[in-house]
Amino acid sequence: MPKDHGIGASPKRREDVRFLTGAGNYTDDINVQGQAYVHFLRSDVAHGKINNIDTAAAAAMPGVVRIFTGADFEGVGGIPCGWQVTDKHGEPMKEPAHPVLAQGKARHVGDPIAAVVADSLEEARNAAEAIELDIEELPAVVDMKAALEGGATKVHDDLDDNLCYDWQFGSPADETDAVFANAAHVTTLELINNRLVANPMEPRVAVGDYSRANDESKLYTTSQNPHVIRLLMGAFVLGIPEHKLTVIAPDVGGGFGTKIFHYAEEAFCTFAAKACNRPVKWTSTRSEAFMSDAHGRDHVSKIELALDADNNFIGLRTDTYANMGAYLSTFASSVPTWLHGTLMAGNYKTPNVTVNVKAVFTNTVPVDAYRGAGRPEATYQLERVIDKAAREVGVDPIALRRQNFITQFPYATPVAVEYDTGDYEATMAKMEELMDLPGFAARRAASEANGKLRGFGVNCFIEACGIAPSNLVGQLGARAGLYDAATVRVNATGSISVMVGAHSHGQGHETVFPQVVAEMLGIDESMVDIVHGDTSKIPFGMGTYGSRSLAVCGSAMVRATEKIINKAKKIAAHLLEASEGDIELKDGQFSIAGTDKSVAWGDVTLAAYVPHNYPLEDIEPGLEETAFYDPANFTYPAGAYACEVEVDPDTGKVTVEKFVSADDFGNVVNPMIVEGQVHGGIAQGIGQALLENCAYDENGQLLSASYMDYAMPRADDLPHMENYTVDHSCQTPCTHNPLGVKGCGEAGAIGSPPTIVNAVIDALQSGGHNVEHIDMPVSPSRVWEAMQG
Amino acid sequence: MTEVTMVVNGKSVTKSVKGNTLMSEFLREELRLTGTHVGCDTSQCGACVVHVNGEAVKSCTMFAAEANGSEVKTIEGMENPDGSLGVIQQAFQDHHGLQCGFCTPGMVMSAAALLKDNPKPTEAEIRDYLEGNICRCTGYHNIVKAIMAASGQDVTSIAAE
Ligand code: FES
Ligand code: FES
Repeated sequence: MPKDHGIGASPKRREDVRFLTGAGNYTDDINVQGQAYVHFLRSDVAHGKINNIDTAAAAAMPGVVRIFTGADFEGVGGIPCGWQVTDKHGEPMKEPAHPVLAQGKARHVGDPIAAVVADSLEEARNAAEAIELDIEELPAVVDMKAALEGGATKVHDDLDDNLCYDWQFGSPADETDAVFANAAHVTTLELINNRLVANPMEPRVAVGDYSRANDESKLYTTSQNPHVIRLLMGAFVLGIPEHKLTVIAPDVGGGFGTKIFHYAEEAFCTFAAKACNRPVKWTSTRSEAFMSDAHGRDHVSKIELALDADNNFIGLRTDTYANMGAYLSTFASSVPTWLHGTLMAGNYKTPNVTVNVKAVFTNTVPVDAYRGAGRPEATYQLERVIDKAAREVGVDPIALRRQNFITQFPYATPVAVEYDTGDYEATMAKMEELMDLPGFAARRAASEANGKLRGFGVNCFIEACGIAPSNLVGQLGARAGLYDAATVRVNATGSISVMVGAHSHGQGHETVFPQVVAEMLGIDESMVDIVHGDTSKIPFGMGTYGSRSLAVCGSAMVRATEKIINKAKKIAAHLLEASEGDIELKDGQFSIAGTDKSVAWGDVTLAAYVPHNYPLEDIEPGLEETAFYDPANFTYPAGAYACEVEVDPDTGKVTVEKFVSADDFGNVVNPMIVEGQVHGGIAQGIGQALLENCAYDENGQLLSASYMDYAMPRADDLPHMENYTVDHSCQTPCTHNPLGVKGCGEAGAIGSPPTIVNAVIDALQSGGHNVEHIDMPVSPSRVWEAMQG
Repeated sequence: MTEVTMVVNGKSVTKSVKGNTLMSEFLREELRLTGTHVGCDTSQCGACVVHVNGEAVKSCTMFAAEANGSEVKTIEGMENPDGSLGVIQQAFQDHHGLQCGFCTPGMVMSAAALLKDNPKPTEAEIRDYLEGNICRCTGYHNIVKAIMAASGQDVTSIAAE
């Protein structure tokens, strides 16, 4: 029998009721009395010198409150980058200024140049059209390699060139080169990890509010991490001390990374609310989102794998160009380095791994973390080159992976991380079982009888979640800690509010977190509520990204609950006139071990707040505890994914006919929610592999600027239910956090793209087409062209 | 400004609106029925789907004035008279057919329109019908499953939960 409550159960989500009845409270649902609306005038050229902005006529238009330009933000801080990367020469990365509104130059299509605040949105828009902008279009750099050539147009005039950093990591390059020189076989692959747009269905919104009475600012925003926004915006941009600034992220309609970052529009609304002494609201349109939300991926890589005569992996070299866009977004610099280079060993015991990354400025929207962030890029390179190597040396791709698996844990990789635990053989075996490999030949024959080519693709992955510990990431350049925090507030009648630093924007924390606390205390889940998303209510936590919520914030919650139990036992011992060491807590009852004497949870909590019969000399009244948890290591979820695709040779169209994921997430608190996370991640990964592409033309014009041109996966693009299994039954619990959990939010997006591409190549090879690689998205036209040789 | 009168979730409302006020704007800002969401500006995402005279309509593509005299239903009108979740809403909760909830109102309204015309749709028919509704969170799997369950079809045997 599956459990019906507590850890391991799948209770229905409590947040669903409000979302299913239209009672959710998303940022755009918030209107503050007297609010004005802002419309941003954005650059329509990729690179332009702003000669003059004449706002006189616009300012005289009806309803206009005030028009802001870059000049209004001189002396105000720029949007900061949260991670300082040091290049291979020991020099800090180049960190150009990122003003709230463009100053002197616009550097990408969508760069905000001016902002009109007006009584209504329509009036703001109309006035923006009346602004006379004299902007001189300059040549734009879009292609990364071209951007690094001598004489290339510079995105930032005050920098020497467009190179943000040149980073090298892992085994010393000369040692790896020596290994390659002696290799029996070297497989080389050049590939592009396509630029994506995260596209949470809720566009970003910011509402700034200011109270003159107490000089306090408040920002409602669509954020995954309100405290991070408060810190970055308050301390680095606007100079507002924390006690005068509240950031609230209410219900948020999906994030996928792109709502981690501190954006100019947030700073603008907060600044303008004070400057105009009036609340200021901005709601992004989808078109604006395409040109102002940080994009994801966009790596161009060359990877080389060296094998010995027995097909053991002996060396790996990669060279990646990573697009930063025009400015450094909050965590942009960390994605191709510490979130990518550190994962390059994958699931394999390759002894020499050297990673090179050049980060490049271009006249495009800033690029930052998107679901998986660096880890999908690493996995894609590695798992594609392994597949190619298997074909070149003539061995089965599953066998080649198996032979090279890491099997002993803990395992220190050549790229600085130590995997605490894992069992890659187990997930591989589970995948094989669920894929019904013996039936593949018959399924391929059936496809061929229908005039289609069928291919099988496999890959393995490892990811690092819950990035930590803070002192280590500080050495690596992080400008923030990566702990999280929880306060468990027990009320007099025994009900509990848990204030958490993690933010829920689809992950179901309001359901899952109470499962843990209720199980620890032996009380009903309905007695526990979660509070999140409001810096005035919660402890300083770092929010939700990198699959960290349960592993990091959940651990803080466990620690705080342990403190509650310790104190409650002291109170119970007093009430029972026993010694504390003899008190046991089970099913919400504190009893003296070996006796039938007990007091209930509610008796103890009442005594804590009505301390008449209470050991006041020894302990304080009340029952509320806070814990900050800073993990000792990352967690390392891993898995084996496989799929079968059909390729229509007449059109090049690829359909996913069968898909299996076998994940190891460690312990699982709520299987229903874990599976939902994997479904969502796989859909985004299949989207990347087959459909999605954020494209610019050579002048830096964004070609895919709406859902007409950017292909979002629809229900019809994904495998049907009977041929689709997500499994998480292989569980090697994390060894260093109290729940033994690893994180599941990004796995699907990491594991699926190489699976699909490997399968497409296999299908084409089976049809006699000697195609080694097709860049994503593997669209019908690309497949068809590849088939023509 | 023109005066519009319509019955929204069983209640008659009369308001004066500008000719260019979109139905989605009217519902959200004038009636404060904020369950209807706006996820795009090209009529692709379906977060804004409501029923007008029983038909599923993208409320971002219609002017409020065009709905004058109509019967309108939004997500706020989908629960049972006793306040419990309606069959489709309940199936979405039972089968984890939503995560962030942003696409959900449109999904539920589209599903209701589908089931009215096709009470026992196949999986392929559901996937096809949802062409105009984008969800970024769920991968659709559990949405499709919820709609099948809401139509009374047995989904317990479906693998992958
Ligand atoms: S908001 Fe109506 S279709 Fe997107
Ligand atoms: S549940 Fe988030 S977009 Fe569908």
